[in-house]
Amino acid sequence: MTETTDFTLAELAICAAAEAWRGGGEVLATGIGPVPRLAAGLAKLTFAPEILMTDGEAFLVEEPVPLGPRNGDRPRPSGWMPYHRVFDATWCGRRHAMVTPVQLDRWGQANIAALGPELDRPKVQLLGVRGFPGNSISHRNSMFLPAHSPRAFVAGEVDVVASVGFSDRRWPRGVAKLPVDIGIVVTDLCVMDFNGPDHAARVVSLHPGVRFAQVQKATGFPLLEADTCTTTPVPDAEQLAIIRRLDPTGIRASVIKGNPPGVRRAA
Amino acid sequence: MNKQMDLGAVVASLRDGMTIGVGGWGPRRKPMALIREILRSDLKDLTVVAYGGPEIGMLCAAGKVKRLVYGFVSLDFIPIEPFFRKARQAGGIAASELDEGLLLLGLQAAGHRLPFLPTRVGLGSDVTAINPHFRTVTSPYEDGETLLAMPAIALDAALLHVSRADRLGNTQTDGPDPYFDALFARAAEHCYVTTEALVERIDLACPEGAKASLFERSLVTGVVEAPLGAHPTTAHDAYGWDADHLKEYARLATEEDGWQRYFETYVAGGEAGYAERVGGAERIRDLPIPTF
Repeated sequence: MTETTDFTLAELAICAAAEAWRGGGEVLATGIGPVPRLAAGLAKLTFAPEILMTDGEAFLVEEPVPLGPRNGDRPRPSGWMPYHRVFDATWCGRRHAMVTPVQLDRWGQANIAALGPELDRPKVQLLGVRGFPGNSISHRNSMFLPAHSPRAFVAGEVDVVASVGFSDRRWPRGVAKLPVDIGIVVTDLCVMDFNGPDHAARVVSLHPGVRFAQVQKATGFPLLEADTCTTTPVPDAEQLAIIRRLDPTGIRASVIKGNPPGVRRAA
Repeated sequence: MNKQMDLGAVVASLRDGMTIGVGGWGPRRKPMALIREILRSDLKDLTVVAYGGPEIGMLCAAGKVKRLVYGFVSLDFIPIEPFFRKARQAGGIAASELDEGLLLLGLQAAGHRLPFLPTRVGLGSDVTAINPHFRTVTSPYEDGETLLAMPAIALDAALLHVSRADRLGNTQTDGPDPYFDALFARAAEHCYVTTEALVERIDLACPEGAKASLFERSLVTGVVEAPLGAHPTTAHDAYGWDADHLKEYARLATEEDGWQRYFETYVAGGEAGYAERVGGAERIRDLPIPTF
């Protein structure tokens, strides 16, 4: 493996996020947003050729479709995946999505719906719950948050629980909680999961140059540092070449503020 | 049998307080000519059900909406519909926010004349707090699982945009994804379609397109010829959404009298001159369908 230092933090995050799909089988990989989608494409073209991907619209493709204008290139469909079939794939459980919530809490509950305490009059209307409630109780979900801060990783509960987590509070009395399966959470600082005791959030790898204390400071709830916590692997030349091919116009440069380099200088 | 109508006749058949479903998905395949005709009418207190795009923002801005039922409201490249956001943050519009799949199930239940469909979707999330009228149901089988009973979403009217239709009510809808237009058609007492092209007999004109027929003609009450009638949204495979127009629309949402200016500039003058007012029919026909 050839290492190179000439890569951005977004490229490092894409490689880290691709790991979400390792060993997960023949699932529909849905990456919403540039980094998750590039991550799924990278996974498919390296260690997870079995995953299903779409062209971003309604067709399945065996070759991940590059981001941006296609200049006349038409993806070659291997199958059809209109939205009604996406719900079928979701509810039968053979899917693994990676999404970007606006808020995430210590229970793994995520919000993209709205901000503010009043459900009927939001302070800030966001996207609505979209498919989050169904996704979260149907299949594994991973997340990518480009700006790790206490605004995103909130101290209390998220304002609107769009994605179900490990909290009991919203389950009707007497109803057995459904299992929730959170994969990994990739940020601009680290990779986390919710596999600590009682589903506590843990840091499983720190991006190069980031210290655990720095992540904790940027998080509104207590974190554990996994015993096995490592430094997030840096991209190799093959990975970088694939990422650049899948994003020829450099859309990934706009994802993390300032498009910083992948290795931070010591603070 | 001749189901051809004009926009005015469709809107005249709608009543205050009705529950109206709109087909399409975000900024795609919205029956905008019909929406604009509603904007120009006296209709009010509507409950609007949709995978929402600009029609929701416009109906809210024009004061037509009492209640919204939606999985999302988005212009895609502008993630949050600007006038919808404004209306929600101002309060005053009741909102039944649903998981996208719950909306599917509610429409399907209505279409199949069922009171509800059981699902796990929504349990454990704030969907049940946002919709306190939702109930659970226990499986009568050995598993005994408790499920959400998603209530039927029955529509008084469904408004859809299709690629071609005939006067019998046969339709064909091009494009990569049928979305949930068929569920809207079946959930509704009356379904009205606007069409890019009206053909004499679809079986004679386009027999090879029969698989693009999303629902049978017996569900269709009225057919309105409305070429370019989905603008500023996409009409597959004819033209894409009008990003420049939608950007201007979004910018106006940030201004005090923005909606009034939008309405007066583009809507008030009627459908006849609409294409000219937004840059001409040629320009609309050349709008590329965006890819991602």
